[in-house]
Amino acid sequence: MAKLSPKLAFDAVVWLLLATMPFWLDRLGGYTQLGSQILVMALAAMALNFLLGYTGVLSFGHAAYFGLGAYGVGMTIKYLAGGTLSGLLVGVLVGAVAAAVIGLLIVHLRGIYFAMVTIAFGQVFYFIAFRWNTVTGGDDGLSGWHRLPIDLGFTSLDIVKSQTAFYYFVFVFFIIAVAIMAWLLRSPFGRTLLAIRENERRARFLGIPVDRHIWLSWLISCFFVSLAGGLYGLLNNFADPHALRWDQSGIFVIMAVLGGMRSFWGPLVGAAIYVVLQDYLSSLTQNWMSFIGLFFILIVLFFPRGVLGFVRRRLAS
Amino acid sequence: MTQLILYNVFNGLIIGAFYALMALGLSLILNLSDVINFAHGGFLAVGAYLAYVLIPFIGFWGALVVAPILTAILGLLVERVLIRPLYGRDVLYSLLLTFGLAFMLQDGTRFIWGPQTLPFSVPDWLSTPLSSQFFFLTGYRLFMVLLVSVAVIAFFLILHYSRLGIRIRAGTQDLETVSALGVNVRALRSLNFGVGIYLAGLAGVLAAGMLGLQPTIGDNLIMPSFVAIIIGGLGSLPGTLVGGLLIGVASGVTSVFFPSASEAVIYIMMGIVLLIRPRGLFGEEGRF
Repeated sequence: MAKLSPKLAFDAVVWLLLATMPFWLDRLGGYTQLGSQILVMALAAMALNFLLGYTGVLSFGHAAYFGLGAYGVGMTIKYLAGGTLSGLLVGVLVGAVAAAVIGLLIVHLRGIYFAMVTIAFGQVFYFIAFRWNTVTGGDDGLSGWHRLPIDLGFTSLDIVKSQTAFYYFVFVFFIIAVAIMAWLLRSPFGRTLLAIRENERRARFLGIPVDRHIWLSWLISCFFVSLAGGLYGLLNNFADPHALRWDQSGIFVIMAVLGGMRSFWGPLVGAAIYVVLQDYLSSLTQNWMSFIGLFFILIVLFFPRGVLGFVRRRLAS
Repeated sequence: MTQLILYNVFNGLIIGAFYALMALGLSLILNLSDVINFAHGGFLAVGAYLAYVLIPFIGFWGALVVAPILTAILGLLVERVLIRPLYGRDVLYSLLLTFGLAFMLQDGTRFIWGPQTLPFSVPDWLSTPLSSQFFFLTGYRLFMVLLVSVAVIAFFLILHYSRLGIRIRAGTQDLETVSALGVNVRALRSLNFGVGIYLAGLAGVLAAGMLGLQPTIGDNLIMPSFVAIIIGGLGSLPGTLVGGLLIGVASGVTSVFFPSASEAVIYIMMGIVLLIRPRGLFGEEGRF
């Protein structure tokens, strides 16, 4: 048998920790809902990193698709009497379709211009959610609905009352999404994305249709962010217009950077740190926004490679 | 009806002037230093609150002069300490840093002055309507349009004829060559940042007089400013000016017919511009 590589061992530890989270999180002073929140945010940050870390394209507007996922699931359950799964499907489709259309408009742009346009486009959906009171609940958000038990035919899964059951419900989607992203990144398609990140001009000369690849990467990224958004809606039984705002987009980016955007698990680490920190700070002080802002600045100035980037460097030297 | 439309066009022009003033500062920093300054709205709020503090001592006119200068000095400090280390690195980092800074400025103003709207007094003779038929033409609004026009004209004159302005424009084209010609690029970027923040501070004082003073005052202006830059074309300052006025009037007119879409309409315009002319109305080809 081949020697266990550190990378595989790390993967195993991550999966083991995630699979057993509801059993040890309480003892460390957390609660299961916080665990679900970490999973959801980690999925969103990892999806963003598919585009940011592996394709080298900076989007600062991913909250739009996150929010669309949340509103999609909420509105399906509230107005169409849909179930949890069909709501999730609608949320993901709505987010993906919006991303596909907007992607066509922006895929020719690069760098700073791309970032700016994604910021601005993100706001469209925020204003729709904010202004269309009668349907979206406006500033108060979309409430008055909740996730429903899932009928599996032979048994029904009660994810409504049991937080632990809901955690594993999220975990299943997390596994599927992460597996697909990991598989895509190992495929020739994923290698092509890396080539574009490293040197776009050279990739173009090799005959790679760069714009189409970036569009696909953008679409895949937004697809999984919408899924995370849908799960976020289910987690809170609520869709919040602030989940659509540019603040949230920035938070996804900082999660990826904090954990290390050149590592596959980096955004997970970043999301876990961010979620726990925010939970702690907001229980401590009203001015948690200042501390989060300060935290951003400190990371950028002193810790730009993120936790895993830092660890990797240490191990290498 | 005509009066209503006229009112909204005029209102749109004023709002557009704010967008333009803010977007010009953003654009200036973006063009020379490749920094998207998310904290611009925060600086705008700082300018407004500084004026609020100064008014009891030096009056409205004194505050109008002093507050933007103080804001610019704060901007220079921030540039020196926080932003300078990031020049030449990925856009991502300056974006995240100014993003965090925006959080801090907004929360800081809320912490010091509270979340409620504060009264902001402008001189009496400015706040009375000029005629009963055109009730919306208060002296303050007219004065604002005038002052913004003067500021913008002065800004473009400085940019075109002063040594600093010529260097800024040259640096926007090719910073390396400018540096090789013996210009201190660090100082140039600092000054440029300061001028940009000055414009934000000025917009802040004026906006406080019209919209009232709240910690989120800059928040509502920053996104349209981004849109103004994109519509006008990245890298073109006249384009930014036109973009700002254009979206101001467009959202003003939309609010007559379809009030709830008055914000969304500017993003739709941006989509159309990107579809037909991806580099923006006045953007140079191939720069971005």
